[in-house]
Amino acid sequence: MTLEQPKQWRTTIAYSDEMRRSIEKVLATRSARMKQTFPKLKPEEKKELLQKYHPDYKPGTTRKIRVGPNKGDPIVNELGDIIEAYSRINPDKIDISKIHIQTDVLVVGGGGAGAAAALAAHQQGARVLLCTKLRFGDSNTMMAQGGIQAADKPNDSPAIHYLDVIGGGGYANIPSLVQALVRDAPSVIEWLEELGAMFDKENDGTFVTDHGGGTSRRRMHAARDYTGAEIMRTLRDEVLNQGIQVIEFSPAIELLTDSEGNCVGAMLLNMETDEYIVVGAKTTIIATGGSGRLHMQGFPTTNHYGATGDGLPMAYRTGCKLVFVDTIQYHPTGVAFPELISGQLITEKMRSLGAQLVNVDGERFVNELETRDAVASAVIRECVERKKGVRTPGGLTGVWLDTPLIDMLKGTSRTLRLAPAMVRQFKRFGIDIIKDPILVYPTQHYQNGGILIDEYGRTNVPNLYVAGEAAGGVHGRNRLMGNSLLGILVFGRRAGKDAALKSKTATGGKPTLNHVTRYHKELKKAGYTPDRHSPIILPDYRREEAKIELEAFAVKGWE
Amino acid sequence: MILKEALAISKNTSVSIYVFGKQYRVPENLTILTAMEHLGYRLLRGCGCRSGFCGACATVYRIQGDYRLRTGLACQTPVKEGMVFSMLPFHPATKARYNIKELQPNLQSLVRYYPEIMRCLQCNSCSRACPQDLQVIDIMGAAMRGDITTAADLSFDCIMCGLCATRCPAEIVQYNVAILTRRLYGTHVAPRSKHLQDRLKEIENGRYDQELTKLTKMNTEEITELYNAREIEKEVA
Repeated sequence: MTLEQPKQWRTTIAYSDEMRRSIEKVLATRSARMKQTFPKLKPEEKKELLQKYHPDYKPGTTRKIRVGPNKGDPIVNELGDIIEAYSRINPDKIDISKIHIQTDVLVVGGGGAGAAAALAAHQQGARVLLCTKLRFGDSNTMMAQGGIQAADKPNDSPAIHYLDVIGGGGYANIPSLVQALVRDAPSVIEWLEELGAMFDKENDGTFVTDHGGGTSRRRMHAARDYTGAEIMRTLRDEVLNQGIQVIEFSPAIELLTDSEGNCVGAMLLNMETDEYIVVGAKTTIIATGGSGRLHMQGFPTTNHYGATGDGLPMAYRTGCKLVFVDTIQYHPTGVAFPELISGQLITEKMRSLGAQLVNVDGERFVNELETRDAVASAVIRECVERKKGVRTPGGLTGVWLDTPLIDMLKGTSRTLRLAPAMVRQFKRFGIDIIKDPILVYPTQHYQNGGILIDEYGRTNVPNLYVAGEAAGGVHGRNRLMGNSLLGILVFGRRAGKDAALKSKTATGGKPTLNHVTRYHKELKKAGYTPDRHSPIILPDYRREEAKIELEAFAVKGWE
Repeated sequence: MILKEALAISKNTSVSIYVFGKQYRVPENLTILTAMEHLGYRLLRGCGCRSGFCGACATVYRIQGDYRLRTGLACQTPVKEGMVFSMLPFHPATKARYNIKELQPNLQSLVRYYPEIMRCLQCNSCSRACPQDLQVIDIMGAAMRGDITTAADLSFDCIMCGLCATRCPAEIVQYNVAILTRRLYGTHVAPRSKHLQDRLKEIENGRYDQELTKLTKMNTEEITELYNAREIEKEVA
């Protein structure tokens, strides 16, 4: 395989002289580092590292929830802002007596969890409607690069996988959810294989597998470094082949409940016409994904444009419980240079393949295959406390990811074969990651917690399900690489199947927005009058001056 | 500390660009996407992953004074002096419906659903338009020969942005043909894994049920001890 020369008209962004001087030190230490085994953190060392440097532990970054099922529980401020907010809808002013679309199963969200849920529900014979905010497939799934875990090799077992998940999650994970995750994993891989997803394999069919941070066996299955994209485009193609109804650019903006508190559908917003669509559904599955676009603590994010955590406030208003919403995952290796793509993901797979993290002097400072919370904390410590980071011309700081090691360790052209997306990402700007290291810094990556589910994706609200990143409990306080692609498919399929079966007997009453009225009253009773409405649907990246000019005019529906 | 994406703007230099033909000045250290946002556009279509993986922001542009029509992803293309651009947020495309399991991995399957592939002129407009630098011409060549394996392999990095199809004089939708070849390869050509089948049988026979149930009942102390004592497989092999 070859990657053609980049189009010659593209702009080249070169390392500064200062960065070049640091790269020389990286080169000088490389041969010694290749033979070096960097010790793993002892449990108490890891605990101290997290408490001192992980952004979760920074004082003032969480608060106690004022109202609702989790009243008094800690929540990350930015998530608190969308939870403690008014609905976009004034329930007194809107008429929902006319149902525009009636379906058995409504899937809210067009990423991997939504697609898996739709296929599973369809297979049970249910009528399925999938609505999504952007295009079908525009999701964090599409951007997942490194791999998907499944314990299917002879030296591995679901029990060993279980231990890795629960230890990585700080022993906080909900055991029954972890059990479902690891037990279903091999069958998810088989399902994807049958649908035609192309995994990296040896000639005899053996999967090419590697480690991820915190794994004790090499069980990371990959499709080069387009694993999520390969899964997403395959599932999307299959949903379209099955003729499942899909409505794009029409996110749910509120759920509907009947007088008994059962979920009976959702209100959608056609973002292009500002028209409301009332969908009546016997069962509803929230698969709205994560919330990186809320930019926790001002961090950049690896997440897609629509990752604004919409499912959380909608579900919370109906009475769903949240779990682990006080913890966020920061991926250790986001791009720090070129600055115009800062925050974008450099897959953990680079470290699985042998790339090392080194500071301005070319020294390693952490075992690269520690769990993400630990590696991210170590990078922050290196840059902030030890001042051993490398500065970019635009004033950002990062550490080197010594990518040329991959070809040196694995053989010539392996980087290009196993990580073509990463090679391409930098080649676009004239940087060759096979010859030069790249500069990285932690970036907001994953919402560890979410809406509490059981092993069938059910919430405590009847007929309401959640799957994927919007759900919480599977990964505890820190998710391992390769368990999100696995989690969305395991719980997407479980929720889809159960929601379809339930839809055969569910008898919902007349749809209302009573839960919204009740929630607004609760906010008032708590003496809290936020100036915010949620879900926020999309972030607003217009520069401030441009926003002010526009605010003089009438506000459009989704803005 | 890194701030939000693209905020690290060099203040001294700016470039003149034309958004849908309308002239603006913007700082130079921006992509087409962030330049539009800087100007006050709030994007709905034409913006997806913002990382070059989803193909939502296919864009065509010219540099003033140059005859050539160029292509790129708005989120990955820096603005340049004299750049005149337009996004193509949606392109009508044929997408066949098929049952992948019933098909054979051969030319007949491709021609049955996408007969227009045989109209390919091998003009290479598709490759020139590809923002992933794929040799789309070779993918189409392999497809026309019924070489599913090669077409699947060469098209693997396709993000389905649609730029190839917009430029194709034979009106082929290359990216939909390509995903059909990849699914045919994955379902019918790729060797199946024995170790996966073995494990599935074990799980079905309940081999791990007892052990897993035991783990779910352990208290934190017991499970911590097991976790800290676990053996780690060699790191880079």
